[in-house]
Amino acid sequence: MNKRLFLSIAIILFTATACSPKMRGVQQRQIVIWHWMTDRQDAFKELASRYKKEKGINVKFELYAPSNAYRQKVMAAAQTNTLPDIYGILGEKKFFASFVKSGYVADLSEAMKANDGEWKNRFFSKALKVNEFCKDNEFGIKPGIYGVPLDVMNIQMVYNKDIFKKAGLDPEKPPQTWKEFIAAIKQIKRKTGIAGFVSGWGEIWMIDCLANNYAFNIMGEEKIIATIKGEVPYTDPDWIKVLSLFKEMSEKNVLAEGIVAMVNKSAEQMFANQMVAFAFNGSWCVNVYQGMNPTLNYGVMLPPKVSSRNPMIIWGGAGSSFVVQNKSPQKEKAIEFLNWLTKKKQQTFLCRETNNLPANKRSLIDIPIILRQFADNMDNTTHPNIWPVSEYSLVTETLNKGIQSIIIGEKTVLEVAEEVQRVKEREMRKNNK
Amino acid sequence: MFKRGDPKKTMNKRTSKNYLFVLPALLLFTVFSIYPFIKIFQLSVYQWDGIMPTMKFVGFFNFRDIIFHNPIWWRSVGQAGYITLIALTFQNALALVLALICDRGIRCANSYRVIFFIPPVLSGIVVGLIWNWIYNGNYGLLNYWLTQLSKWNHLSYLSNLKRAWLADPKTALNSVAVINMWKGFGWGFLILLAGLQSIPRQLYEAARVDGANAWQSFWKITVPLMVPTFGIVSILTILGAMQIYDIIASTTNGGPAYHTEVPITRILAAMQGNLQFGYACAMGLIFGAILLSASLIQIKLSRKLNPIAG
Repeated sequence: MNKRLFLSIAIILFTATACSPKMRGVQQRQIVIWHWMTDRQDAFKELASRYKKEKGINVKFELYAPSNAYRQKVMAAAQTNTLPDIYGILGEKKFFASFVKSGYVADLSEAMKANDGEWKNRFFSKALKVNEFCKDNEFGIKPGIYGVPLDVMNIQMVYNKDIFKKAGLDPEKPPQTWKEFIAAIKQIKRKTGIAGFVSGWGEIWMIDCLANNYAFNIMGEEKIIATIKGEVPYTDPDWIKVLSLFKEMSEKNVLAEGIVAMVNKSAEQMFANQMVAFAFNGSWCVNVYQGMNPTLNYGVMLPPKVSSRNPMIIWGGAGSSFVVQNKSPQKEKAIEFLNWLTKKKQQTFLCRETNNLPANKRSLIDIPIILRQFADNMDNTTHPNIWPVSEYSLVTETLNKGIQSIIIGEKTVLEVAEEVQRVKEREMRKNNK
Repeated sequence: MFKRGDPKKTMNKRTSKNYLFVLPALLLFTVFSIYPFIKIFQLSVYQWDGIMPTMKFVGFFNFRDIIFHNPIWWRSVGQAGYITLIALTFQNALALVLALICDRGIRCANSYRVIFFIPPVLSGIVVGLIWNWIYNGNYGLLNYWLTQLSKWNHLSYLSNLKRAWLADPKTALNSVAVINMWKGFGWGFLILLAGLQSIPRQLYEAARVDGANAWQSFWKITVPLMVPTFGIVSILTILGAMQIYDIIASTTNGGPAYHTEVPITRILAAMQGNLQFGYACAMGLIFGAILLSASLIQIKLSRKLNPIAG
């Protein structure tokens, strides 16, 4: 009996000590950051130890991967009010907006504007836009900057220079127009037997990305926004033209076998192993290809233009961003740390260690040539997250799945366009109720 | 007023003691099963994005929309049903044949038991990745063997079968069903083998003395006595195959187009992709009702066919 009593008292004392304000104080001196970036954990740890040496503040980077598991963790933490001091929000703008509306994200506008906007001016404007809510935004959020970009990215085409040489093409002159692109692939196939184009189109957002690139090129931003607003139907001739490009690629055997069920990792493997001449991939691929085949000789190019009416606009902007927990007792310290993390020295270190484009413009000096090629087109980027309106997820899904159907020859271009429009009208009716 | 040694008092004390022992399990069951179920039902009548502190009450709109206006959902249920049908027939037939062979006391039977049970213990994601390589249209093992075999004159037609198995709408669903079958037959094998070994050997000996051949013994002894085991295996197969997810996630992700979508991928798409938590919960409840109905039908059918219960 005495033993039991002793044990109970010991447990109560231990629990009380662990929960005491003193213990909590120890934890509070540490800034906790949640992220999903497996490839950056070592670099983050190194930066945390540098920060400790410089400022005497402990920073702990906690990795939760893969990204969808991380996303679920953040959502659960938001519901239970246990978000860390700093974290990243993965998803569409409306997802980000829900976090801001719920009071889980600190407004960083004042900190960014301090000292004549010293912090704000460090970044590529496109990188900040993803973290910004403008005046009269559709979510009704107070205008301001709510996140700090860590790196930037854009999605373009890459081509294998060695395969170009083998096929008798000039490796320094990649195709500029759609016609040249199709002709180059035909020549490559004829002379080398190597497949033409690959991308991870089993992940439908990558289809969405290329379809959007061509929508921008064929009809321009204004018409795309009008489509999202419901003023232009998806059955419009310009949209039909966009969808027809995928049909053409399928019919002319431009695409690698099995592209519609391929995850991007497999597509990256194919390109790195020189099994395909062109790939559609993001700037993160530099790090991936470096790991898969360090001797790979490739170049970067914008997707070849179909129309000369509008410029070729690609998806890009902030690659990954961090936000500060609004209710964190260490909010100010967390903001200070993010300011430090995005200074030139730290950004250059991150870029060198992880081969990602830095969000800080001034850190671009010493980057590898291939990354520089990606960086050169940062001004031509856009992203659905910075558009004034956003499309219903179900409509986007129907469009992307429809493009898969076109590629596998199951549906015609018109059938897909009509189906997307039907879903669009239904969603509009549903949401107007 | 109770006296010392009063049987009623002793009984009450014993009953409350029993309740005390049950309490931890009951608490866990309430917290992890009953409460989530109630919560899911509550969420299913709201429109909620999973983050905002406020929700919008929509009544049974989500249920109505799923049942009457969501053809992709019903297509996914049908596709899961097809995978289940393949599992119920081919997978369980294979499991039964292998269990019968091992029950005959063949050499190295224990080794076979271990080998047949390897696929079920592997992670679905790992299995998916292995089969991804086998089915790959560019460098896959299956296409490689088809090429090799087609070099023989009388098998030259096999080269026409070469394709990206998971990306072709004609083969994607069947390819996934085969992976599910490969991963799942080990469970059925073990349970069926246990069932076969519980049949008294004397029955077979008596039948043999009466002049019954192997086929007659199988139909007149094995099958009737195995009906309860078949019932268990069928229910487990239905529940397992209908809820297929990890294999799909690591192979086709529901594609090409909607050809390998199953209910779980749709629920996840609604929850994570479209941020429709309430809608996803309603899908979950409808799917739960479908599974419950299928299991009840199966139990009733087993009872009807079971000569002992009958």
